[in-house]
Order: sequence, then C-alpha cells, then structure tokens
Amino acid sequence: MILIWLIILQLGAGILSWLLSKRDNRLAAGIALTAVIACLLLTIQLFARFRPSFAGGGQWLMEYRADWIPAFGISFHLALDGLSLAMLLLTFFLGALAVLCSWKEIRQRAGFFYFNLLWTLAGITGVFLAIDLFLFYFFWEVMLIPMFFLIYIWGDTRRRYAAIKFFLFTQAGGLLMLLSILAMVIIHAGQAGRYSFDYADLLNTTLSPGTAKLIMGGYLLAFAIKLPVVPFHNWLPDAHGEAPTAGSLILAGLLLKTGAYGIIRFVITMFPEAAASVSWWAMLAGVIGIIYGAFLAYGQTDLKRLIAYTSVSHMGFVMLGAFSFSEMAMQGVVMQLLTHGISTGALFAIAGMLKERLHTRELGRMGGMWTTMPRMGGIAMLFTMASLGLPMLGNFIAEFFILMGAFQASVPLTVIASTGLVFAALYSLRMVQKVFLGPPSVENITFDLDARELVVLGALSVSIVLLGLFPQPVFDMITNVIRNLNHTYE
Amino acid sequence: MNNLLAYIPAFPLLGFLVLSIAGRKMSKNLVALTGAGTICISAIISLVIAAGFISSPPTEGFISTSVWHWFTLSDFIVNIGLRADALSVVFIFIITFVGALIHIYSAEFMRHDEDYARFFASMNLFVCSMLLLVLADNLVLLYLGWEGVGLCSYLLIGFWFKEPTNNHAANKAFLITRIGDTAMLIGLFLIFHNLRTLNIQEILLLAPQNFSTGSSEITLIALLLLAGGMGKSAQVPLQTWLPDAMAGPSPVSALIHAATMVTAGVYLVARMNAVFALSPLAMSIVAVVGAVTLLLAGCSAMVQSDIKRILAYSTISQIGYMFLALGVGAWTAAIFHFFTHAFFKALLFLAAGVIIESLHHEHNIFRMGGLKKSMPVVFVTFLAGAAALAALPLVTAGFFSKDPILWYAFSSEKGNAWLWMTALLGAFLTAFYTTRLMIVVFWGEAKTAIGHHPGKAMIIPLIILAILSVTAGFVEWPHNMIHLTLFSDLLHQQLPEVALKPDLPAESLFQLIAALTTFAGIALGYMLYYRKTYLATSWLQSPSVAGVHNLFKSGWGFDHFYRAVFVQPFLFITRINRTDFFDRIYDGIASLNIQLNRFLSLSQNGSLRWYVVGVLAGALFIITLQLLL
Repeated sequence: MILIWLIILQLGAGILSWLLSKRDNRLAAGIALTAVIACLLLTIQLFARFRPSFAGGGQWLMEYRADWIPAFGISFHLALDGLSLAMLLLTFFLGALAVLCSWKEIRQRAGFFYFNLLWTLAGITGVFLAIDLFLFYFFWEVMLIPMFFLIYIWGDTRRRYAAIKFFLFTQAGGLLMLLSILAMVIIHAGQAGRYSFDYADLLNTTLSPGTAKLIMGGYLLAFAIKLPVVPFHNWLPDAHGEAPTAGSLILAGLLLKTGAYGIIRFVITMFPEAAASVSWWAMLAGVIGIIYGAFLAYGQTDLKRLIAYTSVSHMGFVMLGAFSFSEMAMQGVVMQLLTHGISTGALFAIAGMLKERLHTRELGRMGGMWTTMPRMGGIAMLFTMASLGLPMLGNFIAEFFILMGAFQASVPLTVIASTGLVFAALYSLRMVQKVFLGPPSVENITFDLDARELVVLGALSVSIVLLGLFPQPVFDMITNVIRNLNHTYE
Repeated sequence: MNNLLAYIPAFPLLGFLVLSIAGRKMSKNLVALTGAGTICISAIISLVIAAGFISSPPTEGFISTSVWHWFTLSDFIVNIGLRADALSVVFIFIITFVGALIHIYSAEFMRHDEDYARFFASMNLFVCSMLLLVLADNLVLLYLGWEGVGLCSYLLIGFWFKEPTNNHAANKAFLITRIGDTAMLIGLFLIFHNLRTLNIQEILLLAPQNFSTGSSEITLIALLLLAGGMGKSAQVPLQTWLPDAMAGPSPVSALIHAATMVTAGVYLVARMNAVFALSPLAMSIVAVVGAVTLLLAGCSAMVQSDIKRILAYSTISQIGYMFLALGVGAWTAAIFHFFTHAFFKALLFLAAGVIIESLHHEHNIFRMGGLKKSMPVVFVTFLAGAAALAALPLVTAGFFSKDPILWYAFSSEKGNAWLWMTALLGAFLTAFYTTRLMIVVFWGEAKTAIGHHPGKAMIIPLIILAILSVTAGFVEWPHNMIHLTLFSDLLHQQLPEVALKPDLPAESLFQLIAALTTFAGIALGYMLYYRKTYLATSWLQSPSVAGVHNLFKSGWGFDHFYRAVFVQPFLFITRINRTDFFDRIYDGIASLNIQLNRFLSLSQNGSLRWYVVGVLAGALFIITLQLLL
C-alpha cells in the first residue's frame, strides 16, 4: 500500500499546490516540498525495514496489485526490489532539492510549476515501480508531458524549440516501445490464450531469436534515446540547457536514469540472448558516447550545455557496463546512476545559482567567481572532481567498477573508454577554470551562497562523499537483483 | 603501535576538514596552529613508529590496521586498510617530518596571503593523501591517495588562481599526470583480470606463481604501472608539467614537487618490486627511462635562468637517478636517494623561496647576486643543500646516496657501462649547474636590493634541513669504507638485495672516478661563472651553441611537439564540431518536413478550378485503379 501512496501523495500535492497557489507562491512550494520530503521519509523507512532482507531470496520486497482493465489483462501492479528502492531514494532526494532550487527562481504561475514538477516526479516514481507493461508505458508518458511544460513555459530563450525537440525524440522512442509491448502481449496471448501485460507473465514468453531481437530493438531504442546514446542524444543539450534549474536537475538526475533502468529491467532481463547478441555493438555505442560527449563538452561555451554533454559522456559508461554482462560492471552501473544523478544535479544547481546572479550561461562572461564566492567555488570544485572521477567520491567507485567489469568482456573497448577519464579531466578543468578561476571581473561581484543554497549543495556534497567512502549499503541493496539478472543470462 | 597507524593520516585529514569548513572565520594564528599542528602530531607519531621499527622490528616485518570496510563484491574485498613495513616507514617519516618543517615555514611564508586557510587546507589534504598512498594495503586505496595528491598538486600549483598562467600550469600538471594515472588504472584492471585481487601483498605473492618470468602479460602490467609512475614522477616523456608547476608557492614546490609527491612513482615501482622483477624487459625500460631523464633534465637545468626552474629540472634529473637505481635492481639505493634528496631538495626550494621573497619576487638568478654577505644564514644553508645536490664526497648526504647508484649502474647484473657513463655524465652536469647556481646567486655584486629578512619560523626549518643534508648520509656507508648500513638493514626486511656481476673491478676505483667527475663539474662552473665569465657569453654568440642552448632551455622541445601533435588537433576537432554534427542530420529531417509542408500547402490555394481538377483527377485515378485490378 505504501507504494501507491508514494504516487498518490505527489499527484495529490500537485493538484493542491496548483489550486492554492492563487493566494501564495510560497504556499505552493511549501506543499510540494512537504509532499516530496514525506515520500523521501517513507522510502528511507522502507530502506530501514528491508535492509536485513536485501540478501533474501524473493524477487520483490513488496508488491501492490489491483485490477485495472481485466479484459486485456492490465492491472495496476507495482513492485519494489533493491534496484527500484535505490532509484526511489534518488528520486525523492533530488526531487526535494529541485523544489528548493526553484524557491526563488520561479515567480510566475508557481502553482502550475509545482504541479508539473510533482507530476513528473510521480511519473518517474511510477516508472521505477510499475511491473505491468501497460502501466509502465502510462507512467512513461506521465513523466514526459509535465516535463514538456516545465521546459516550454519556464525555460530560457529557446525554450519552445527545446521543449518540442525533447517531446518529439522521447515520443518517437515511446512509440517504438509501445509497438514492442503490444507485439509481445499479442505473441504471449497466442501462446497462453489470454491477454496479459504483466511483467512476470511476459517474462515467460518464448520468442524466436529473430522476433526477440526485433522486439528488443524497440525497447532498446526507446531507452537509448532517453539515456541518451549517441547519435540519439540531440534532444538532451537543448532540453538541459533551456530548462529551468529544477527541470535540468530532474532531467539529468532522474529522467536519464529511467532509460538505464529500462535497459536493466526490461531489455536485459526479458531478452537476455538477444541482448547478448548485440552486446558488443551496444558497448561500442557506449564508448562512442563517452568520447564523443567529452569532445563536445570541451567545445561548449554555454555552461549548461557543457554540463549536458558531460551527461552524454557519463551515460556512455552506463551503456558500456550494462552490456558487458558482468556482475561487477552492473553494480557499477547502478552506482553510476546514483552518483551521476547527484554530481550532475549539483552542477546544474550551481549553474542555476550562477544564472540567478549573473543572468547568463555564457562561460565567456564568467570568471574569477571563487574570489567573490569562495563557498560556491569550493563546492563546485568538489563536484568538478566528482565528475572527472576522483577517488573518495562516489563517481569513481561507479566508473571503476564499470571499467573493471567491462575489462573482462572487451579489453580494447575498455581501454578506449578509460581514455574518457583523461578527456573528463580536460572538460572539467576547463569548466572550473572558466567559471571560478582567473581574475575576477567587476561585474561579477556578487553574494555567496545563502542558507537555502547551502542546504541544497551541502546535502549533495555529503551524499557524494558518503557514496565514495561507504558504497557498501548500495551494493548490498542491489546485489540480489543483479544476481537474479545473472541467472537469466547464464 | 598498530592502533597509532590510523592516526597518522587522520590528523592531517582533520586539519583539512576544520580549515575547509571553518577556515575563513578563524584567526591566522589559529589557522597556522591547526595546519602545522596536525602535521607535527603526525610527525611525532611517525617518529614513534619509526623508532619502534628500528629498535624492535615487529615480528612479521609490518604493522597493519583496517580502518573500515570499503566494499565487497563476491570474493573481491577491499578495505580502507593501512599497512606499514620498512619501506612505508621511510616514506611516512619523510612525508610527516619534512612536511612538518615545511608547514612551519609556510606559517610565516604565507602569512600575508588572503587565502591563508585555503593554503593550509590544501596542504593538509595533500599530506593525508600522500600518507594514504604509501600506507595503502591495496592498489585501490593507493590509487585514491595517488589521485588525491594529484588533486592537491593541482590546487596548489594554481593556488594564486587570479593569474591565468598559473591555472594553465595547474591544468597541465593535472592532465599529464592523469594520462599516466589512466594507464596505471588499466594496469590495475589487468592485474585483477589475472589474479582476482588488488591487495598488494597478495599480488606480490601470486604474481610469481601465475606468471612466468618475462611473459608478455607481466611485462604489460609492469609497464602500465610504470606509466603511472612516470606521470607522477615527471619522467620522460611525461616530464613537461613539472617545470611549469613552479607557478605554485615555494613551500608547495618543496613539499610536493621535490620531497614527496614526485617520488610516488619511485615508491610504486619499489612497492611492486616482485612484479617488476618478473619482467627483465620492464626493468630495463625503467633503467633507460631513468638514465634518459636524468641526462635530458640535467642539460636543461644548466641553462635555465629562473631559480625555481633550475631546481625543478634538477628534481626531474635526481628522480631519474632513482629510476635508474630501481631499473638495475638496486631498490634500497633508490629509496636511500629519495631519503636524502627529500632533505636537500626541500631545503633548496625553501631557501629559494626566502631569496625570492626577500628580493621582491625576483626569480631570475642573473638579477640576484652578492647574497653571500647580505643573507649569511641562507647562504650557508643553501651551500649545504647545493653541496649535497652536487654530491660532494664524504661531507654531504647526496654523496652517500648517489655513489651507490653509480656503482650499481655498472656492477649490478642488470647494469652496464652505458648506464654508468650516463649517470656519470649526469653527475658532472649536476655539479656544474649547482656551481653555476651558487656562484651567480651568492657571489658577484648585488643587483636587487633586499626587501625584508626572513623570520625564525622560516630560518629554523632551513637550519634543520641543512644539518640533515650533511648528516643524513652517515647512516649508510659504502661497503668498502665503514661497515655501517643502518638504512639498507632496515629496508632489506622488505626489499631484495642487488645481485652483482661476478669479477668486478674495485669499488673504490669507481668512487674515485665519481669524485673526480664531481670536482670537474664544479671546476668548470667556477671557471665559466667566476673566473672567465666572458667565455660563456662569447660562446653564445655562435649560432650552433645558441641553438643547443635554446633547445636545452625549452626542455628539448617536448612542449612544442605535444602542442602540435596532441593539443592543436584536439582543439581543432572540438572547435569545428562545437555545434554537434548529429544535430545537422536532425535539422535536415526537420527542414525536409517543412519543405514537404510548403509543397503540399501549395495545393490549398483557394482556387475553385484547381479543386475541381483535383477532385476529377482523384476520381479518374480511383476508377482506373478499379478497372485495372
């Protein structure tokens, strides 16, 4: 029951803050914050409750099921395992920070803004929990449309272009996924004699290798666009660049992760042989993403676009690890989802705070900010280091495991991927130098972080360090999930 | 003693945390007390442990402690585990002891800097990382320390970040070392792939069982680890960052870019000695890299005019000696040279810092001069350091550590006459450029007026280091002189002894040649820069000499080469593809749709005749279709 509450709470709070905001912007933000923090606390409580049983045998830690459209075998079926729990923790953590980031930034139609924000979060929550494929597709759309509005209404100058581009790319992928889902359901119905959209039922469908490859292709493309994999990444720099801070934070921190989650939960689990047959190519796509994203990131002159391209590069590691079919790499992949969410979220938050002060995203108009804002400078340095994979910080653990696991699968690809660490240093150092170092310019004299901003960045800093030094709880949480995965492809 | 081990890195870490969180609100005295105090406590603990190792060595030869469990993946278990054996003890002693002196010196040196707390925070973090590097019991933790020192080096080279050139130097240092680090990381993957562990002791144990001597795989592992070492230790061809790293404050150069971090590569090779010993090819490459580096850097040191760049090239060159020693299997000789070098090179950098400060930030030695009289304490201490660098026989620590390297370069099973002659030539160059530096800075007439004189906190570390530069060598005498080998006795608990060739000529002959070479170098320097100063100027008139001079001065043109081959193409690619080539494809699809839309909307023009024709044509088409099918 808690699972459905997590979703209802956010949907309800969204409507509430829209309705009540006529009177007070702050009230809308307050409602949103309360709802997300309540969800966060509930999830932490779930974590504490299930912590002893992560190693246990069952596939799901808890389930919720209600009939929805029985005629087609569609049910409202949610389930939680270690992987979804980890993703939910990230969702509500970043969700709360996204609300805090918008506190001052959003002045117009704040109620509608928080409505969209909460509905996106609810959609993401649903995606991480749904194990009925129709429901999954439903939530996939629920998170897309409010996000479209977030970019379209509250974005920057090129927001319309970016929002439509984002919508078209994702929708194209969504369509392919829908076709794959339907194909699978129909084939399954042919074999079992009844319709079912349920994950567990569909998992047992027998498919000829050719069909499996085709159906998997639909899923994989949808998730590859979301992740994103080069060359399907072009929606990302525009959407990330133009979105308001909270939008960028949720896009980079959570929406991309739904792509990775889909690959793990559906592509690799439902089509192990088909996935294995394309694994080398998928890993290659990952490696291309790592290098290509890094090159593009280095060339950018817009801070938010720069950070956006670093996401392309970092998500390449996810692709590389997920398709290397090694337990170690898969652990790294999940870790990468969490740490990248935190580190890139932090960088976008910083970019947003800079934009509030300087009213620009242009690197050329920044410089010397450390002198005037030592606190922000120090924290930005921390996350720059996280993004280039410095040990002590979570991102290193993730990339280390991915590379070490992938090394067992393909030495040349891993070696090329490792050079990504050098390129990561190149773009990261360039970014920090352009923004924070150098002589301070007079027009950039501004105030350092205030208490609210310090809370946002402080929480992110602490969590990235904790993940770097004490990663074991995360590994414990997902080991069982990954072991089960391993059985499917052995 | 086990329990104390974790406190050694813990105190600097505590200092870092306090200073980075609350440093801006603390008074300068409190900052200095926190920054230097934590290192002093660590130094005392290290001394206690070192004394314990010498007086009553632990029965297993090491002490260890596991601070916490880092992560486990099935059978791959990694702890934040510290392990101190004789080799680590030498390193932690140097890091904390020399580190403490440099921190005390910095308390005064950096006094007037507005970012006092940031300086000490970075320095403390550096010491902590460096200690983790040498105490780590597994390669993942070692890599953590390895990258940590890289970060601090970056932060401190670019400490005065308002100056863009400093940032470029910092970026360059970080990037070039990162190239080596990445190679090393791939080496780690390869080790794990073969041995399923990254615990150092297990690797050293398993490597001889799993690899045959000289197999390509162990050679590859050794070379990848070496690449990491070459990046950090500024060995050819990854040496170009170190001269530029002198942009940082002088205490940073002394601590990071002379005494400790740049010797991390030496530590790594010595630590993984069993791996390297399995690959004769890798060993030869280590030796050749060392020999080439010591020669190239020695040449460059001769012609620099910036006092810190001279010392930087000299550091590269001296680390080249250490690599040479490692390559011929003289493990303890390499570590002993690290030990003495840390004292005298830190001393030279600190003294140079005093001089630069007093002369209003003047770096050019040819605008110094005559400091012998005006700064007597600095003169005496600098002289002690310079004599040690030039390896003046019997009275300096440098002699006792460099002499065995020269000897083993020839006499070790892996040594040969070429290596020995290169090392000898390097010794000659060292003596020459040291003399040149000494004479130009301290003799002659004063060219710049002295601003202010250093205070006690800066002078006392100089004196202590000067005493050690003279006396530190006495713990280890050449075999044919006095039988006192405290240092190698300690290290031989951990490192193998050198295997010598049979039928060698007398060692004393080699010592005599080395001593004469040193004196020849000094004599040449004295001639050219004191007696007949016109000679050097007149030689430079000839274009060929000037060409060589410029080649040396530019560090053999490595920077130009890298810029043309790597930097420019990279910048070119990122610039032409700034707008993302793939975006053009999607733009193409979009504009195709718009064209199609325009084309089709032509038909919707409001003209009735046009529509009638359209309807008729459509009807005709359908009827034809019906009839045909």
